[in-house]
Amino acid sequence: MNAPPSFVDIVWIARWPLLYGLGTTVAVSLLAILGGTVLGTLLGLALTYGNRVVRLLARAYTDIVRGTPVLVLVLASFYILGTVGLDLSAFQAGVLALTLFCASHVGEITRGALQTLHKGQTEAAKAIGLTFGQTFRYVLGPQALRLALPPLVNTAAEMVKASTLLSVIGVAELLLRTQEVISRAFHSLEFYLLAGFLYFVVNYAIERLGRAVERRVSVQ
Amino acid sequence: MTANLVTANLLEIRDLRKSYGSVEVLKGVDCDVRAGEVISIIGSSGSGKTTMLRCINMLEEFQGGTIRIDGEEIGFTTSGGQRRRKSDKDIARQRALTGMAFQQFNLFPHMTALENVTLGLVLVRKMGRDEARALGETWLDRVGLLSRKDHYPSKLSGGQQQRVAIARAIAMSPRLMLFDEVTSALDPELVAEVLQVVRTLAEDGMTMMLVTHEMRFAYEVSSRVIFMNGGRIGEEGNPREMFAAPKTERLAAFLQSSRFN
Repeated sequence: MNAPPSFVDIVWIARWPLLYGLGTTVAVSLLAILGGTVLGTLLGLALTYGNRVVRLLARAYTDIVRGTPVLVLVLASFYILGTVGLDLSAFQAGVLALTLFCASHVGEITRGALQTLHKGQTEAAKAIGLTFGQTFRYVLGPQALRLALPPLVNTAAEMVKASTLLSVIGVAELLLRTQEVISRAFHSLEFYLLAGFLYFVVNYAIERLGRAVERRVSVQ
Repeated sequence: MTANLVTANLLEIRDLRKSYGSVEVLKGVDCDVRAGEVISIIGSSGSGKTTMLRCINMLEEFQGGTIRIDGEEIGFTTSGGQRRRKSDKDIARQRALTGMAFQQFNLFPHMTALENVTLGLVLVRKMGRDEARALGETWLDRVGLLSRKDHYPSKLSGGQQQRVAIARAIAMSPRLMLFDEVTSALDPELVAEVLQVVRTLAEDGMTMMLVTHEMRFAYEVSSRVIFMNGGRIGEEGNPREMFAAPKTERLAAFLQSSRFN
């Protein structure tokens, strides 16, 4: 008589789909966070220093995207963009939706951080003849980054969690893979706990990384 | 060519006008400054003295009149009656012609004292790191803070921060130094150390304009005092004569009220 396989054995059997799912989750999140940070920083600059038209456009983008449920963004970028001739794979559409969402948050964080800085900082930089680019690169940027880091880490963690929504358009990320495994092997409670643990590990790593960067840029 | 022959003045302000919305704060200011002059600008708050100083380095954009430094028009070009703002790059270059020290010091908090001084030297004056460091240390030494060169602003007293800020401005070798109420935010016991630095610079022949409420200091250090009143120059001249015998009622009243402060 063979003893029934233990949960560990079942996990071992299902290791590839789960690892593949974890890899997809990390890839989607990383791409969204990177793209969203670049786009969001530009958005924050536009919100803070743009002329009236630029500010208005950036504000409209930020408010509309932030006010839309991420799930709606995901569905829209998968189904609506297809109808206007932009055929994206589920993975591409998902990354696009999360990137746009991430950018709207990073834009607000960047604007908030820049506006917190005393205007004397800009004036002092101008007074010694720095151009706007130099002022941002050497004076405002580093100070804003320090203020923005904690909320940025928070947003990054939110992106990892939001990546689970891509399961509805069929991106085989960790949650969808977990559900597939459960449909074959049962043990739903254990597998969901395992998935939860893996999400925790990813977010914990992000938080540690954020702390390390904070320490590096902090003033003694 | 001709411009240089005619203008012996370092700074020439003609009919300077500046409004915030519908409120006109400078109503046509004319002022000449020769190299080596030390000019104190006094007057009650709201009289336009700080605004005038900030127009000289384009921290405020003005709507009318011209400002020239060594004959070069600052901020705008006027040709054929058309007035156009210069490019941001040109304005940045022109700002480096002057140095400015602020009431709130405005040191960069994420940089050490020395880094504050060398930033402009490296980025604007295009000096090598070593050269910039050496010059930065020289100026920190001149303001008595060489031993604090690796301190961050938060670890310095207000007076020390202001001295670093002055070193940062002066190290750029500006043609003209602008001091905007540099002692107003300081505790009384820290005022003297900053004024001493300003006094030394004046004695070294630096051309400077100071907006100040320190009447005794203005009296002692300046070659000329400008009294601003309601957006215009109310009276100007030698401090001894002006303070002893003000020509206008306004100045007399102003001196009366500030003498006891």
